[in-house]
Amino acid sequence: MEVKQFKNGIWTKDINVRDFVFQNITPYHGTYEFLVGPSEKTKSLWEVCKVATKEERQRNGVRAVDTETISTVSAFEAGYIDKENEVIVGLQTDELLKRAMKPFGGFKVVQKALQEQGVKPNDNLTELFSKYVKTHNDGVFDAYNAEIRKFRSLGFLTGLPDNYARGRIIGDYRRVALYGINALIEAKKVDLNNITGPMTESVIRLREEVSSQIKALNEILELGAKYDLELGRPAETAKEAVQWTYMAYLAAVKEQDGAAMSLGNTSTFLDIYIENDLKAGLITEEEAQEFIDQFVMKLRMVRHLRMAAYDEIFAGDPTWVTEAIGGMFEDGRTKVTKTSFRFLNTLYNLGPSPEPNMTILWSQELPQNFKDYCAKVAIDTSSIQFENDNLMRAQRGSDDYGIACCVSYQSLGKSIQFFGARTNLAKTLLLAVNGGRCENTGKVMVEGIEACDCEYLDFDKVMANFKIAMKEVARVYNDSMNIIHYMHDKYYYEKAQMALIDTNPGINIAYGIAGLSIVADSLSAIKYAKVKPIRNEDGLTVDFKIEGEFPKYGNDDDRVDALAANAVADFNNELKKLPVYKDAEPTMSVLTITSNVSYGKKTGATPDGRASGVPFAPGANPMHGRDCNGAIASLNSVSKIDYKDSLDGISNTFSMVPKSLGSDETDRIDNLATIIDGYFSRNAQHLNVNVLDREMLMDAMERPEDYPQLTIRVSGYAVNFVRLTREQQLEVITRSFHESM
Amino acid sequence: MYCHNPDTIETSGGKPYGVEELVQMVLKVKPYFGKKGGVTVSGGEPLLQSKALVPFFKRLKEEGIHTNIDTNGRILNSFSKSLLDDYADLVMLDIKHMTEEGYEAITGKRNMQTALTFAKHREASGKTMWLRYVLISGITNKPELLHALGAYFKDFKTIEKIEIQPYHKLGIHKWEALGWDYELKDARENTKEELEAAVDILKAYFKEVKVN
Repeated sequence: MEVKQFKNGIWTKDINVRDFVFQNITPYHGTYEFLVGPSEKTKSLWEVCKVATKEERQRNGVRAVDTETISTVSAFEAGYIDKENEVIVGLQTDELLKRAMKPFGGFKVVQKALQEQGVKPNDNLTELFSKYVKTHNDGVFDAYNAEIRKFRSLGFLTGLPDNYARGRIIGDYRRVALYGINALIEAKKVDLNNITGPMTESVIRLREEVSSQIKALNEILELGAKYDLELGRPAETAKEAVQWTYMAYLAAVKEQDGAAMSLGNTSTFLDIYIENDLKAGLITEEEAQEFIDQFVMKLRMVRHLRMAAYDEIFAGDPTWVTEAIGGMFEDGRTKVTKTSFRFLNTLYNLGPSPEPNMTILWSQELPQNFKDYCAKVAIDTSSIQFENDNLMRAQRGSDDYGIACCVSYQSLGKSIQFFGARTNLAKTLLLAVNGGRCENTGKVMVEGIEACDCEYLDFDKVMANFKIAMKEVARVYNDSMNIIHYMHDKYYYEKAQMALIDTNPGINIAYGIAGLSIVADSLSAIKYAKVKPIRNEDGLTVDFKIEGEFPKYGNDDDRVDALAANAVADFNNELKKLPVYKDAEPTMSVLTITSNVSYGKKTGATPDGRASGVPFAPGANPMHGRDCNGAIASLNSVSKIDYKDSLDGISNTFSMVPKSLGSDETDRIDNLATIIDGYFSRNAQHLNVNVLDREMLMDAMERPEDYPQLTIRVSGYAVNFVRLTREQQLEVITRSFHESM
Repeated sequence: MYCHNPDTIETSGGKPYGVEELVQMVLKVKPYFGKKGGVTVSGGEPLLQSKALVPFFKRLKEEGIHTNIDTNGRILNSFSKSLLDDYADLVMLDIKHMTEEGYEAITGKRNMQTALTFAKHREASGKTMWLRYVLISGITNKPELLHALGAYFKDFKTIEKIEIQPYHKLGIHKWEALGWDYELKDARENTKEELEAAVDILKAYFKEVKVN
């Protein structure tokens, strides 16, 4: 490698990509006008992909599936879309959109997913996994106790990664381009040598982990060789940097099928190579854009084999290839580069798309031209989301981070997180008014909560009971998480990704809650109006009659907004008291993905007047239609939830009709950028932005074939609207569309 | 005759707020103003409350907030003059019609001259003003009226731009809900060509012509 062309620093001695970027970045403050359209090669390649995705939709969501091979980093021969036009190569299998079996998360899930497609795994595999090989799923259920099973099956804990891969870990895929595999192997060998006795359980485990990481690195070399790529050495050109980085990511999505497989923060890193080649006259702007277009195209074609039930919690076949773009360095320079623009430009060159999940790390200090371009892209495509860079950088400590899954900060190469889905906080509240019993089945979930038979609910009593319920639910939740992550490490360790992360990294365990707005409004109704529970013959609540008015979350009214903020703080505090596997740091998110619909189904009537079975609002959003004081009041309410109580993220999905933002494009861009600045200046954490008319969505429900690429932000990610179930589409349409500020 | 917010016309009713209460409400949303945002008072006719607006705008200026009045300019008393001279960063003046007869037909009052005097007063203050003109085919959209509008205002230095408000019927349902008769039921919305023709005429007189 000609290190000479780069400015040296810590990164030349240690593995430290952040330092490389810090030393060599060319921040860009200009406008988007330098951007170019797609090359002929890109256009022709994308046509093939469009036909393939159409076939996929026609074949019930799966275009092809392999039933013979266990997918590993080096499994499958090289696959191409159209070799002649492919500038960046590599597919998960030997064929475009062919899904592969990754059975170590759980073999039954693989069998089920295949069965739904009318096929089954190779008989040898079935025998192997039923007689000889244990999976993550087998391990977890060996250790689960009756209590966890009960909380899980009755819907208090849902979406736990106990029968599928946990995901959320982000390998620092840039390392392969910067250092090459050989140097990474050497560094891991040094680490391994330094892990010495006494051989306690944790030391033994770490030695085993690092050894498997080294094996994975060798497998990545093999994967590269199938495509004639010399991944052993560092990338030397811009094209190689893109290709090497993609190969590292490809290794991860060949080995693992975690729900969220984020990419990290690659655009600024890649820009350094692109700038070099442009300056040296080796490439043109057209070629630079072509590399990024084709990289992004590959990311759009990533697929995992899922069973139909998976769609209930993660609708629309998402892969969460989350790429964090922009942000600031701690020295006040921006991390925005021309390649930040080039990534966003793919939404025009290839059309809107949910993947990769482009996330703008927004700071008030970002260059105005970049802010304006982001606002324009959000308005034109509804495909991107925004997160508060100033807030996360200050509170979490690194300026080199990616977004795990939807909204969660994760410093790159230095730390990982253990994904934990979420608990249903609305059902937890119902335990408080039902003597600790499940409102649907009457089963006792929590001991020690007095049954109340009073005519009207008493706020202080309910609150005291709610705190007991939260404590107990947190305990069971923590038990299940410790088991899940112990078993995942044991049976489905992410060796390819962990090979690209420091040995023994920091870990946070990512708990979550759903139903926050229902809890806030219910407590508000009990406190400020009179709420009369209607009970069945078993004494369980089936409905609530509300007499009088009460303030509702989403209208910038401190009386109820404080109830929301306190519920988050209280539950987080309960979680923080509990012991965690591998001494991970507990963090929590207010995020639902699309499970707000299925959570709603499992939850009886609530004291806020919500009927049994009605969907929750997504994430930290106010309940549909209750935030009626305009968009800003709604944003202000959500911003009151303190990030320090919910360090894994606070998701807000915000939909506006275009007209509400202004009468012409300039006004709309200006106003959206100003709204995001305003929201984040109040220390809010996340904003999904949709600028859409409800009428268009309704039309898309009727005539999906006319809207193959219609993209909409749902909760921390985006989906192809036409790939949602009808029920989920209807839920999206009933959400608040702000028509005024 | 065609106000899109007829529910704000009635001068009795509404909910009374104290000045400080309003200021606190504004401060809550101040982070969202950015470089261009601020407070606009609108209506109905906000200057019907011009006396109360003076201390309100004074407080907003103390808080560094941009202030704007959206008015038809038919109230020119000592309070509205004080707002024009000292406290309103921007005035959006709605010119209803360029003949007294037309003005009366639309508003029921012969007030065109007051509105023009109002504009002169603002011009004398040297502070920014935008004009607004609702374009209704057959009533305000006639070449001679547009030329008269341009000729009258072309030398005003404080006018930054004129905004054409294409006539729309979005407010009709509100009139119906109030049980009032909507007299312009038969008027139609402007065609693209009509809007372009109006813009072409006004461009000769104003720095910027914008269609809302």
